[in-house]
Amino acid sequence: MEVVSKNKSNKAIKPTAIKMSGADAVIRSLIDHGVDYIFGYPGGANMPIYDSVYNMSDEITHVLARHEQGAIHAAEGYARSSGRVGVVFATSGPGATNLITGIADAHLDSTPLVCITGQVNANLLGSDAFQETDVTGITSPITKWNYQLTKKEEIVEVIAKAFYIASTGRPGPVLIDISKDIQFEEIEYELKKHEYIRSYVPYPKLNIEELKEAAELINSAKKPMIIFGQGVILSGAEKQLKELVEKADIPAANTLLGISALDTDHPNAVGMVGMHGNYAPNVLTNSCDVLIAIGMRFDDRITGDLNQYAKQAKVIHFDIDKSEFHKNVKAEVTVLGDAKATLTNVLDYIEKNNHSDWKAEFDKLEAIEKEEIWDKILKPSEGKITMAEVVRDVSKMTDGEAVVVTDVGQHQMFASRYSLFKQTKSFISSGGLGTMGFGLPAAIGAKLGAPNREVVSFSGDGGFQMTMQEFGTIMEYGVTVKQVVLNNGYLGMVRQWQDLFFDKRYASTPMMSPEFGKIAEAYGIEYKKVEKREDLQAALQEMLDCDKSYLLEVAVQEELNVFPMVPGGAAVTEVRLK
Amino acid sequence: MEENKQYTLFVYSENHIGVMGRITNTFTSRNLNIDSLTVSESEVAGVYRFTIVTHATASLMMLMSKRIERQVDVIKAGYFAEEELVTQEVAMYKLSTDVLTDGMEIERLLRKHSGRILAVHKDYFVIEKTGHKVETQALFEDLKVHGVFEFVRSGRVAISKPMVLFQEILQDVEEEAKQTS
Repeated sequence: MEVVSKNKSNKAIKPTAIKMSGADAVIRSLIDHGVDYIFGYPGGANMPIYDSVYNMSDEITHVLARHEQGAIHAAEGYARSSGRVGVVFATSGPGATNLITGIADAHLDSTPLVCITGQVNANLLGSDAFQETDVTGITSPITKWNYQLTKKEEIVEVIAKAFYIASTGRPGPVLIDISKDIQFEEIEYELKKHEYIRSYVPYPKLNIEELKEAAELINSAKKPMIIFGQGVILSGAEKQLKELVEKADIPAANTLLGISALDTDHPNAVGMVGMHGNYAPNVLTNSCDVLIAIGMRFDDRITGDLNQYAKQAKVIHFDIDKSEFHKNVKAEVTVLGDAKATLTNVLDYIEKNNHSDWKAEFDKLEAIEKEEIWDKILKPSEGKITMAEVVRDVSKMTDGEAVVVTDVGQHQMFASRYSLFKQTKSFISSGGLGTMGFGLPAAIGAKLGAPNREVVSFSGDGGFQMTMQEFGTIMEYGVTVKQVVLNNGYLGMVRQWQDLFFDKRYASTPMMSPEFGKIAEAYGIEYKKVEKREDLQAALQEMLDCDKSYLLEVAVQEELNVFPMVPGGAAVTEVRLK
Repeated sequence: MEENKQYTLFVYSENHIGVMGRITNTFTSRNLNIDSLTVSESEVAGVYRFTIVTHATASLMMLMSKRIERQVDVIKAGYFAEEELVTQEVAMYKLSTDVLTDGMEIERLLRKHSGRILAVHKDYFVIEKTGHKVETQALFEDLKVHGVFEFVRSGRVAISKPMVLFQEILQDVEEEAKQTS
């Protein structure tokens, strides 16, 4: 690793006002807010800010991506692996619009980001000036908050407000658009910390009645089931979740983004719910008597047909965002608050319990899934390598300690189903938006956010080609990312749907790939291709042992489908094993 | 199936650039139309009040108001059914001065509808009427035969019947916002 965090002035507050340019104030603010990495791309409208980065480069590191989309996914990966706010810069116009996919991604996945875009001079606003675009207008539906800065005296306060909003309550992306003229102007800098906005209640007051009602329902349940989501990770409630699961002895399933909040080998962990989740938790969602949802939002990929979803169950919904209550699933009891706070307090009322008979029902169904699916794809005796084998081998070789980053598609589902995890913040994937091209850049950010952890990124041949230019970023900064491309020559997930629902008419899903080895070579990145099962383990070991970035291409079975699968719009009990 | 009804949504917010867009985006994202929209400063200095009329189901209105309240600059959002509100709108009608001087018909209509004349010009004059939408519409229908150059109706303004003081809500929100910091 050549890049190391330089920001030693973490939270150093300078008491006296100092005269500096608006652009310097932007960077000084970031440093004083503890930012160590900025991901971004310069251009006309943010040049003064970049000049200030140059000035202060001994205190903060700018990571130049090869496309603004790469920069923002890297910032997302950084935020997800570190639990801190990711910061991204882009210039006006095309720079700003190239951020849109990442902003929408962060918005749906509640990822804290501060995006800072340059804007044309304030006197040119609305005149269709060169590289002008109404970025606050465009991003209004996909940001938690945004602001156009045209007054120099607001710079420091607005940046402080942006960090406060992005990182508190239900986190999310915030965008600040700064006109170029005020970047040049002189201001008096004095660090402000923003800790109060009268219209914004990030952590609602806990309601003891709600907590007692929830506990009563949990205590009286015969067949309780937990579904936990990313809210547990975002609030740091992993310990409390574990305590609840153990004390009340409740089987606990995760959503895609809830992965790694509870160790995969925990005796009460029953796998993932949703379209490609596990058989037992999907089916038994419609058998439990009390469904306890924690920091999750009943996405349609989780519930399938809502009219046939957990109708028999009394639902308890723990969430920090009250607009999630009753949105998709009507709850009997809602508990408003940060998961860590609500779970800590509900635990006082939870009685010790034992649900071994009920848990045995999960085991029974799990055995069916293992026999029908796992054995065939984890230990196939013939044919090409499967994606599942690669994922499982990596997990075993890294002892479940690696940060697993994925792109979007079949490999993502295999990675989510077959990876093993022993610590939190270990699975980084585009959940809500399903953004192809997320993986490689997110892995770069994830490594910088968790420099002491091994980062392994899985992509398909399709998604990898969407942002593979970020090899340039890896090359330049020496970020150690282990990139595995699972190449099946198809846009696999779409092909799977064509196979199942479009009479195998493979419209635009077979895909040619370049010689990835030559691309890796061009960027000075180690590369190997594996085609035979007997070579897989050695190649994976070589990749993991390498102290530099590595691209491992694995030729996998072309037309393997991900099962189980709840077909779109079907009930969770209609989950198909083949 | 829950039935679609007319609801009036109220939003108290800070007076910041872009808040209106964020509120109307919430309607757009649900593919919901806004029937009328009025914004003005409220009884609390600096706090603005949106009155938005729309047609939706009660459960969607509940989701919408929470979704709007989620916005950082929004202090409070809620909704009322028709029977819970005192409402008013104002309408203006521009007609040719010729019809005013041509017999007693306009005078009769003004008395019937309790309208009044705001301005008279040699070419045109302007009538104003406040009332419910059906009332201002009825005057329009009666005036139509005389030729209406322009007709405009304001968005609805509404006061809720339940006795709730916004100042108290604001105090609670402020207190909660402070406590959590």
